[in-house]
Amino acid sequence: MPSTEHGPEGLPAGGALRVMGSETEYGIHAPATPGANATYLSSQVIAAYAKLTRERLHASPGAGWDYTDETPLRDARGWSVRRNQAHPDLLTDLEPVLTAEGVALAHGPAELELDGDQEPALMNLVLGNGARLYVDHAHPEYSSPEVTNPLDAVLWDSAGDAVVLTAVRALSSDSERGPINLYKNNTDGKGASYGSHENYLVPRAVPFTDLVRGLTPFFVTRQLVCGAGRVGLGQDGRTPGYQVSQRADFFEAEVGLETTMRRPIINTRDEPHAVADKYRRLHVIVGDANCSHVANYLKFGTTALVLSLVEAGAAPEIEVHEPVGAMHRLSHDTALRETVRLLDGRRLTGLEVQWLYLEAAAKLAADAGVAAEHGGDGHTATVLRLWERALTDLETDQDAASGYIEWMAKQRVLEGYRARDGLAWNDARLGLIDIQWSDVRPERGLAYRLISKGSLERLVDDRDIARAAIDPPSDTRAWFRGKSIQRFPANVASASWDSVVFSPPGSYRLQRVPTREPLRGTRALTEPLFEGHKDIQGFLDALLGEHQT
Amino acid sequence: MAGQEQKSSQSRDENEDVDPGTPAPAPAAPQASEATEGVDDLLDEIDGVLESNAEEFVRGFVQKGGQ
Repeated sequence: MPSTEHGPEGLPAGGALRVMGSETEYGIHAPATPGANATYLSSQVIAAYAKLTRERLHASPGAGWDYTDETPLRDARGWSVRRNQAHPDLLTDLEPVLTAEGVALAHGPAELELDGDQEPALMNLVLGNGARLYVDHAHPEYSSPEVTNPLDAVLWDSAGDAVVLTAVRALSSDSERGPINLYKNNTDGKGASYGSHENYLVPRAVPFTDLVRGLTPFFVTRQLVCGAGRVGLGQDGRTPGYQVSQRADFFEAEVGLETTMRRPIINTRDEPHAVADKYRRLHVIVGDANCSHVANYLKFGTTALVLSLVEAGAAPEIEVHEPVGAMHRLSHDTALRETVRLLDGRRLTGLEVQWLYLEAAAKLAADAGVAAEHGGDGHTATVLRLWERALTDLETDQDAASGYIEWMAKQRVLEGYRARDGLAWNDARLGLIDIQWSDVRPERGLAYRLISKGSLERLVDDRDIARAAIDPPSDTRAWFRGKSIQRFPANVASASWDSVVFSPPGSYRLQRVPTREPLRGTRALTEPLFEGHKDIQGFLDALLGEHQT
Repeated sequence: MAGQEQKSSQSRDENEDVDPGTPAPAPAAPQASEATEGVDDLLDEIDGVLESNAEEFVRGFVQKGGQ
């Protein structure tokens, strides 16, 4: 493959560059009001952030979500689920309404009265960094803006932690309400799981069956590199022990449309949020939410590399026998001895499967000319290097691995407590450590304490994270979305991944600007427009006249 | 961990495999004591920030399912 070849997205092909993004549903806990309605609490988090944004921008945050292009019932395998047959959890294209009745049922009249003079419960916000902050089911969710590489994915995913931390701080200073705390994890250890999803833009020309075949063995084993660790085995965590992944036990199917029940290793939701003829958005739901920067980086980076393998037809030709059970068994084996059976009869350890993918990815990237430390695409060399280091350390130097592999870092702390205090795996203190590991408050969250002590490797610094919580990435359409909201907060009526809807002053007509090409609307393409037109009318005239985005 | 299958594996360096629940053997003694000290430091630090009533906290951390 010549080094000048570009993928259909306009990014160099064969490596780790790709349009991608993250979604994090945070665990939510109000210790002073046990049993409070989680949807209501989540809406308070969104409202607190909206209030802070309003104060900062001196204007209404205004931008709600534009649902026009949401198609959650479209299946990548080529059909749609009928609305009346779909589980209500799948109807994510409807604005959830928190009615006064629902709130009253959950809280009684006192809470309603307390809220009487405040804004209605806010369910949806589009932020100036291009992200979406909203209530998904019963959790606050941050969906990062679109980025083009794994390092930016970590940066704008971490920005989500900073965004919700700001809301947590604001809520904790409200003495009447009591604190609402948030956790970047995926289970309460009692049977409930909530997601941390990744999204990757893939050319529609790649057959979905190739994605299923190429990705399944990789997804079954990638937890060994990027699992976040979990105390307790089984969905309800009742069996004492420790396992590699927060999420593994909650997967029950190989391929499917659902995300909240019978969760599949490969999710088929086909909602491209882009030009549908050209792209699909691969919605990955098997991942753990990561506090470790390196684990998070490898989650995005290695998956992007494997997608390049699938696109090039160069993925390892292996098929795992009963992948769901294999995923559970690998997660339960912290000694890393467990093997998976391949359909060709071979038995490989999880790490050996990962080596096959690494070797194939390194070869493809080298052939494509993107793998060099200098003169490559600027990212692939680092992903390959850190992936190889992770597999090597997992096999030969677990002490080194504990410095950045999240499940091992957590295990080191837990084993330390077990050794020092003689704790059994079902001791509540170990359960507490597991949960508090991911508290988004840096003074409480154990992962953050370890990062600040240097015991957990850092990839992005706090100043860059703080900036990413305010500003959008410059090289995707998120730039146009975020800058529109920053610059004209009073005149953006709503926005979505593939549109920004303006409300021009003195007009009842809304102007919907489609942004269906993820790599347009960039800083390079739209900054002159923002710089040249400080008033909304001039801006819109120039924009709609030029069709710049 | 109890009940897991034990199968021979072609791990790249089988000698380095360790039992679950025991700390990894370190190649050299000085490094081992450093690592142990590191963990002790971590535990001391974590002792200071853990929520006070573990039992109550863990019981109260109840979530609704999500995606």
